[in-house]
Amino acid sequence: MSLIIDHIEKSYDAVKALKKVNFEVNDGELFGLIGPDGAGKTTLFRIMASLVIPDAGHCLIQGHNVVKDYREVRKIIGYMPGRFSLYMDLSVEENLAFYAQVFGTTVDENYDLIRDVYEQIAPFKKRLAGKLSGGMKQKLALSCALIHRPEVLILDEPTTGVDAVSRMEFWDMLRKIQKEGITIVVSTPYMDEAELCDRVGLIQKGSLLEITDPSKPYDKDETQLFSLKSKRGVYTYLERVRRLEECRHAWLFGDQLHVTLRSERDAIQIKSILDSWDDSTLEWTKITPTIEDRFMGLIEREAEKSHNNGETI
Amino acid sequence: MAEREHIIEVKDLVKKFGSFTANDRLTFHVERGEIFGFLGANGAGKTTAMRILCGLSYPTSGEIRVAGHDVYREREKIKKKIGYMSQKFSLYEDLTVSENIRLYAGIYGLGRKQIASREEQLLERLGLIHIRSRLIGQIPLGWKQKLAFSVAIFHQPAVVFLDEPTGGVDPITRRQFWEMIHDATEEGITVFVTTHYMDEAEYCDRVSIMVDGRIDALDTPAALKQQFDSKNMNEVFLKLARS
Repeated sequence: MSLIIDHIEKSYDAVKALKKVNFEVNDGELFGLIGPDGAGKTTLFRIMASLVIPDAGHCLIQGHNVVKDYREVRKIIGYMPGRFSLYMDLSVEENLAFYAQVFGTTVDENYDLIRDVYEQIAPFKKRLAGKLSGGMKQKLALSCALIHRPEVLILDEPTTGVDAVSRMEFWDMLRKIQKEGITIVVSTPYMDEAELCDRVGLIQKGSLLEITDPSKPYDKDETQLFSLKSKRGVYTYLERVRRLEECRHAWLFGDQLHVTLRSERDAIQIKSILDSWDDSTLEWTKITPTIEDRFMGLIEREAEKSHNNGETI
Repeated sequence: MAEREHIIEVKDLVKKFGSFTANDRLTFHVERGEIFGFLGANGAGKTTAMRILCGLSYPTSGEIRVAGHDVYREREKIKKKIGYMSQKFSLYEDLTVSENIRLYAGIYGLGRKQIASREEQLLERLGLIHIRSRLIGQIPLGWKQKLAFSVAIFHQPAVVFLDEPTGGVDPITRRQFWEMIHDATEEGITVFVTTHYMDEAEYCDRVSIMVDGRIDALDTPAALKQQFDSKNMNEVFLKLARS
């Protein structure tokens, strides 16, 4: 087991940033932690990187405790923090050489590992890091986090604010790094990236809601999830669908509405209602929930729970 | 559908920084009340164009009018008629909910009575009356973003510019936010929005995609998907931006 997170808790004053978080990451796995800002992702990653001490619980990386054996831990991890971590007043190649030296190695020794990533920015190696574009900074930061050939790579929101093309390229790079036998733990607010991980943990308000393998069919699918499409556009139908007794939730989902029904029986009922709406382009289909649907279902359940407990913000 | 008024009119917009052309002869218009998605890769020139449309920077050349005003000579008039919100900066963390509303309303020249009545309406609609005296820094991000949007349209601007408004929020809050955007257009507000979430491109009436300073595609999401033989906007975007 490359990473063990065992009942980790952390509070900042009255705010509980992490509430008994528990999970494990296998050797060589690409594990994603998905959740919105403020969910606790960064706090957890800082704990893994031995930079923040948890209030309770244990975190082990390759068997080393991140609090007691932090020196060992720091040698075997590569950490790319969410905010840009490079020296802006050093050049590209100086940053890389610096990180290599800090970890007691040289750029040449592990160059094969970073070649694919680094060669994309090598033409600018004399340029100051502060003068690079966002995408290039991201590639340099990844090169620096890899230069000592870590056993576990910890990436805190490497793709936030990055466009769809660069995000795809970044994930291609991650899969190559994974093939080198490096375990990767990565956080992201983008649900579509969840599908690219071996397993993902969904985190919200400091609690890990679920861990799941995106490639496996959803075994807990008791939800009645349907999609509604229309050539006339679906936004006009949103409120109309929500007003139906049979509808539990309805949300915009790309060019469709995703509608959760209260029970299986309602599916037949609703079909005849839709037929009466006089739009021959309406398409009503039973669908398998995506990771995003599942996350939304979990958030709704949590919201209902806290509503029932009389909690407000 | 009848031709609607062009609230933004851009003809041959060029913006150069030294020898670098950030915006290369952009020509497009935005109709009153539409949701216009302004997409592009990082560095494609979106922010540069948006700053010009907001009256914050001069173009090198081109004819550009926003809400009927010229971007060379009438920048102050433009600023009064637009709203702006970004993910990075929107509200003052060390002011309360109520203070933020009143500060922005005051800046846009609304009268005391008008502010008071609209503030009540707004807080009621958002369900925030009970936390009106709380500091912005203490309320959840999702609420902050909804409030920031409401504040950006509080003075009923002709156009509101939204620069990656939904970054980092959970998928439900993101959708609630888009419902607010739709509601705003029903009040006649035009929405000009950038995003990296390609499913959000589907919620726009029309979408433009910038590549290397040019607009390489502009149409409704349905037409773009057909044109690029793609099943969703993500594929359209990847095909354009990668080529």
